[in-house]
Amino acid sequence: MNEPYTETIIEPANRLSFNFKELWSYRELFYFFTWRDIKVKYKQTVLGVFWVMLQPLFMMLIFTFFFGQRLGVKTEGIPYPVFAFSGLILWNFFSSSVTNAGNSMVLNAPIIKKIYFPRLIIPLSSVLASLVDLVVALMLFILFLFFYPVTINALELVIFWPLAFALSLVGAVGLGCWLAALMIKYRDFRFVVSFVMQVAFFLTPIVYPVSRGSLSVLEYILALNPMYAAITLFRIPMTTDVVDPILIAISICSSFLSLLLGLNYFRKTELFFADLA
Amino acid sequence: MKPILEVQNISKKFLIQHQQLPYLSFRDKLSSLFSSKEATEEFWALRDVSFNIQPGESVGIIGRNGAGKSTLLKILSRITPPTNGRITVRGRIASLLEVGTGFHQELTGRENIFMNGSILGMKHSEIKAKFDEIVDFSGTEKFLDTPLKHYSSGMQLRLAFAVAAHLEPEILIIDEVLAVGDAEFQKKCLGKMETVNRSGKTILFVSHNMAAVGNLCKRAILLDKGKLLREGPITEIIHEYQVAANGANSYEWSPKSPGNSAAYLNKVALNLRGTQPNYTLTVKSNIVSQSAHKDLFIAYDISNSVGIPILQAIPQLQPFIKFSDAGQTIETEIELPPMIPDQYKVSVWIGAHNADTMCWEKEVVAFEISESPAKGRNFPHSHNNGFIVPNSRIING
Repeated sequence: MNEPYTETIIEPANRLSFNFKELWSYRELFYFFTWRDIKVKYKQTVLGVFWVMLQPLFMMLIFTFFFGQRLGVKTEGIPYPVFAFSGLILWNFFSSSVTNAGNSMVLNAPIIKKIYFPRLIIPLSSVLASLVDLVVALMLFILFLFFYPVTINALELVIFWPLAFALSLVGAVGLGCWLAALMIKYRDFRFVVSFVMQVAFFLTPIVYPVSRGSLSVLEYILALNPMYAAITLFRIPMTTDVVDPILIAISICSSFLSLLLGLNYFRKTELFFADLA
Repeated sequence: MKPILEVQNISKKFLIQHQQLPYLSFRDKLSSLFSSKEATEEFWALRDVSFNIQPGESVGIIGRNGAGKSTLLKILSRITPPTNGRITVRGRIASLLEVGTGFHQELTGRENIFMNGSILGMKHSEIKAKFDEIVDFSGTEKFLDTPLKHYSSGMQLRLAFAVAAHLEPEILIIDEVLAVGDAEFQKKCLGKMETVNRSGKTILFVSHNMAAVGNLCKRAILLDKGKLLREGPITEIIHEYQVAANGANSYEWSPKSPGNSAAYLNKVALNLRGTQPNYTLTVKSNIVSQSAHKDLFIAYDISNSVGIPILQAIPQLQPFIKFSDAGQTIETEIELPPMIPDQYKVSVWIGAHNADTMCWEKEVVAFEISESPAKGRNFPHSHNNGFIVPNSRIING
């Protein structure tokens, strides 16, 4: 090869921050890991990526029947199917990326023990693979909006949808990385994650509005959920309901805090993964 | 010219936690809060190791088991960080140990070439350019679009090696573990090493096989208990290693518990003397009787480093070991035939006859042969061609 060599310094573990430059130089590997995760997920399936659309679609139909029709859950300013579908899409992305990212380091331990690359690539590519699923599911949702009689504020959509996706991404990366590092050390978290995700499903405004407009202490606590803001903002273009800025702000802060803490914990344990895994 | 590899005062400390589980769990952490502090012990796998390697050099890293060779390799490939010191690497490092890393059973051969190549550090464009060559080398073109899970293990290995062989790193690390695998794989690896060597790449060769190291390298580094003992021309270092190894070719073994058989092996001591092709192995076995038993005889099996039996020594064909609760030491001298360099393990058997085993302690002591039995041979012996090298000559010349 005629390329000039790259100089690498190997030193004791005392790095203070992530080496984002290095991460960038490994972008191709990042791409390959994501590509592999997507490929492997739908190998030997007939419907393939359509499952990403079918899951929220069927869940929406079931919840519409039981919660919307039978229980008559009130979703002010937004038809119930749109309410449930929008919540399910974002939640599916969040829960699958947190779960997959959490398991990713343990699953890829054989690679970690043999080859060096920035470890962050592994949980990040899991999240990215789920993001591709989100895009596919979103297309079905957009198609659904065309046929469902609901008025959409285009300006709000341009502002709030990207914001909602960004917030879900921030929360997913933060929690996912934190769990990935924890799981390398304590395998217990494998059991914790699925349980917590199930509980969180009902503590997030996915299939019914969690808050009732009365600003009780409980509502502030529920707003600590990073997905609270993401899902609420995502619905703004389709609803006439007003959102509470304080609760949104709490949720956004919690998202970014989880990102900071998650990445920091990951960085601290990253160097010793090969010894622990 | 700047050295391609500068290793400065590298140390690596491990904390050995006694009774440590393979991984932590919350429960362990909780329970350790209440129990007294676990006994941890510091262990320096490497201590202040410094050396430089110039571009194009082939350097052997020699040392007994536990000398710190593997730890050094792990630090060089950045899998684990050093505790102290600094290493400057000017180029891409690849290790043949990484062969097949990241292969996924569900992906097809084609997809795995890209995935594996990328993990090994190749650029996408690089893999594309070499794709046909890789496929050719592996001989799996017919199965390129078949998932890897339908490949035979031999095919998987060929594909893995084909990718690794096209990596073209500036520094290649070869570990002796390479010596295992099927004949074809070994041949390909050795062939690859020679091509890489001739093309002027830098090679770090870690091995017990002195003949192979002597052939590939001009310089060597001798590690002992984590310290750099000596660095210099290959012949001197090999000589020093062999002198040290011969002195250390005496081992002792004792059982952890006496066992419940009527007679048991209490101690085995082994000593290797001489040079090729006249090695003499002396084994002293101490046998203690716990209860009355028939007269017994003793036999030794010698197997190679991967556990294949090579020799059996039966010093006395009639049972002769009588009951003795005080213990008795049987001293046996075994004249070894000319054998290829390897680590050999000795198993001890005591019994009344073939079908009446009293005690069979497998692979309790080991000795190492590092000199080739064929004088002047300067390439490694392959495990696939046999372990005993009888004297042979051309008689019609």
